[in-house]
Amino acid sequence: MRMRTAAMLAATTSLALTLAACGSGSENGDAGTSADASSGSTEQAIAGDLTVLTNRTDLLDTVFADYKTQFETLYPEVNVKFEAITDYEGEVTTRMSTDDYGDVLLIPNSISANDLPDFFEPLGSVDDLSQTYRFVASEMAFDGTSYGLAITGNANGLVYNKKVWADAGVADIPTTPAEFQEDLQMIADKTDAVPLYTNYADGWPLTQWESNRGEVTANPDAVNELADTDTPWVEGSDHYVIDSLIYDAAAAGLIETDPTTTNWEQSKADLGTGKIGTMALGSWAIVQMQESADDPADIGYMPFPVQVDGKFHTVITGDYKNAINIHSKNKAAAKAWLLWFADESGYAVDQGGVSPRIDGPTPDTLKDFDTAGVEYLELNPAPAGQESTVSDIDSASEIGLWNPEYRQNIVDAARGARDESKQQLFDDLNTRWADARASVEG
Amino acid sequence: MSIFKTSVRPDAGRAPRQATPFKERLLRGATPWLFLAIPLILLATFTLLPVANMVWYSFNEWNGISKDKEWLGLDNYLEFFTRPELFRVFFVSLYYFVASFLQMGLALYFATVLSFSTRFKNLFKGILFFPYLINGVAIGFTFLYFFRPGGTLDATLAALGLEQLQHLWLGDPDVINVSLAGTSVWRYMGLNFVLFLGAIQSVNPSLYEASSLDGAGKWQQFRYIILPSIRPIVGLSMILAISGSLAVFEIPYIMTGGANGSKTFVIQTIDMAFNFNKVGLASAMAVILLVIVLLITALQRKLLPDEKVNLT
Repeated sequence: MRMRTAAMLAATTSLALTLAACGSGSENGDAGTSADASSGSTEQAIAGDLTVLTNRTDLLDTVFADYKTQFETLYPEVNVKFEAITDYEGEVTTRMSTDDYGDVLLIPNSISANDLPDFFEPLGSVDDLSQTYRFVASEMAFDGTSYGLAITGNANGLVYNKKVWADAGVADIPTTPAEFQEDLQMIADKTDAVPLYTNYADGWPLTQWESNRGEVTANPDAVNELADTDTPWVEGSDHYVIDSLIYDAAAAGLIETDPTTTNWEQSKADLGTGKIGTMALGSWAIVQMQESADDPADIGYMPFPVQVDGKFHTVITGDYKNAINIHSKNKAAAKAWLLWFADESGYAVDQGGVSPRIDGPTPDTLKDFDTAGVEYLELNPAPAGQESTVSDIDSASEIGLWNPEYRQNIVDAARGARDESKQQLFDDLNTRWADARASVEG
Repeated sequence: MSIFKTSVRPDAGRAPRQATPFKERLLRGATPWLFLAIPLILLATFTLLPVANMVWYSFNEWNGISKDKEWLGLDNYLEFFTRPELFRVFFVSLYYFVASFLQMGLALYFATVLSFSTRFKNLFKGILFFPYLINGVAIGFTFLYFFRPGGTLDATLAALGLEQLQHLWLGDPDVINVSLAGTSVWRYMGLNFVLFLGAIQSVNPSLYEASSLDGAGKWQQFRYIILPSIRPIVGLSMILAISGSLAVFEIPYIMTGGANGSKTFVIQTIDMAFNFNKVGLASAMAVILLVIVLLITALQRKLLPDEKVNLT
């Protein structure tokens, strides 16, 4: 096993390198906090070179090339250049320890709210911007100031193959978790499809379930209230209901036979061709599923199977937010691009998402939701001074609400690969949450 | 130094001057350092500095992005040693540790067999070494297909009429680490094999002839000639196997991401740093792993000093 050793040593070293590489920016901490940065930019002319970082490597030569032409016609003195990054999250967080991370970039999700002022140019007050734009109030804002505008927005729910569900004899979309479970059972009994595909091995699709919190209780403060409770996993709570749904389906064998060997790319084709019944994904996935389906009309989107006062709810959340690098030399041009992207580009609707503008059009992909009378719910911002409390507790507890491992454990316990009952699982999560909460707030 | 002296001074044969001018002496002293400068700078920039940085982080509480860190002293280390669940991952290493002995055994067997005259010798050498040349990510994905239900392994078992042996090779938490360790054996055996083969081929062939004249069989030749000759290499492989088992990363990370009880120490460290944003604690864990590996190496040096083997 000698060479494995060498490789492992290399891996350890590179881990050390990665850990170390993140740190070199700590010296320029004072650069971000100066307040005059924004006032200076208003007098600047809209001109110069603009580097725009994007995660959409697939759209670079098509959609984004068009955007460049359109924008440069509008502002002839600006020269837009794109940098598409495959591992966006990982690469950009590392690059942010230098000054060179583009002029306009998508704020990495791992940034905590109180670090925003160090890295990004303020865009304006949340009060003003929220008159026009969605998602500014609760996302990427700190201390009443907004730092990013969403490129698009997502509704949340479950993508399903209408044909599979119809073949199984299900007429209406389920309105309770119990009914959902019965429907899955019918799919298992009457078709060859996997009723609910977890995409366990790829991991990140399991985190999509987390986006449904708030829908169970129709409570826009569902996430904020996590900061005030020692027991997020109690009967009736968002996490309890969502995780029970997964647990019960897995325990009844209604998920894939071997979750550890799933494959995301394959799962898209399988859903499209009726080998998979249902997957929990944000509305962004609908377009991709339709592309790989035999008949795009087979792909349906249903809300999370819970009704409050006779109505389904879906939480809409912003995707990545465009923001301006605080070290940018052409802040005026950067801001012009950012506003143009949100207002004029039409990116959100073209990609089947919810427009970042409150008056923006509804995309075709969410027609199913209109039919089902689903109410859109936007989560409330965290109270001032507590913007990062929930994520701090989450990190301290090492539960990782947005990490695959948390729900992988639930699936494992349910299918008998871990020696834990549902109640033990939830008790353990509650204990860890309570301990972490005490340490964060203590 | 002597090389430079002769090459710099083609007039070395003449009577030496009374005193070399200061400038020339300086240049002569600096020459080796100038040659070394580039590798040394690279070493410092990409190895020593980051490691020093990592050690520094391990004394701080830091989320990896924020501009401010909080000095904790030894608290990260204390936290690690007071949380037994962080040690549980070392049990996973045991699978790889046991597998590494199987790997060395197989490598030794093949190396011995192929060092005698065998039909298609070079072909077999190629086949055995080949897996080591394949990219680890490719191996991870190949074996994912190999182990999936109805995949290559199950299909092969079915073809042999051994359906009852079919398993959820990665889905069953009791089997997953065996499957992964098996993948690791497949991948790295070739390297052990080449090392052993090289060592065995340096044994003087007349020893085999002499021993067979004395009536020694192949097993006795292996036991009393080959094994003692390659003892240092075997000892080295063993120590590398131990430290390697502690730091398994690539195969489980690519294949399962540490899910279903296959998490190893390095995967846990990465999770800690990049999922839970505890870069300080993760750095402390990396430092601890480094120290353990250094200790094992030191121990090996003590227990198995480099001894000269001389059979002739």
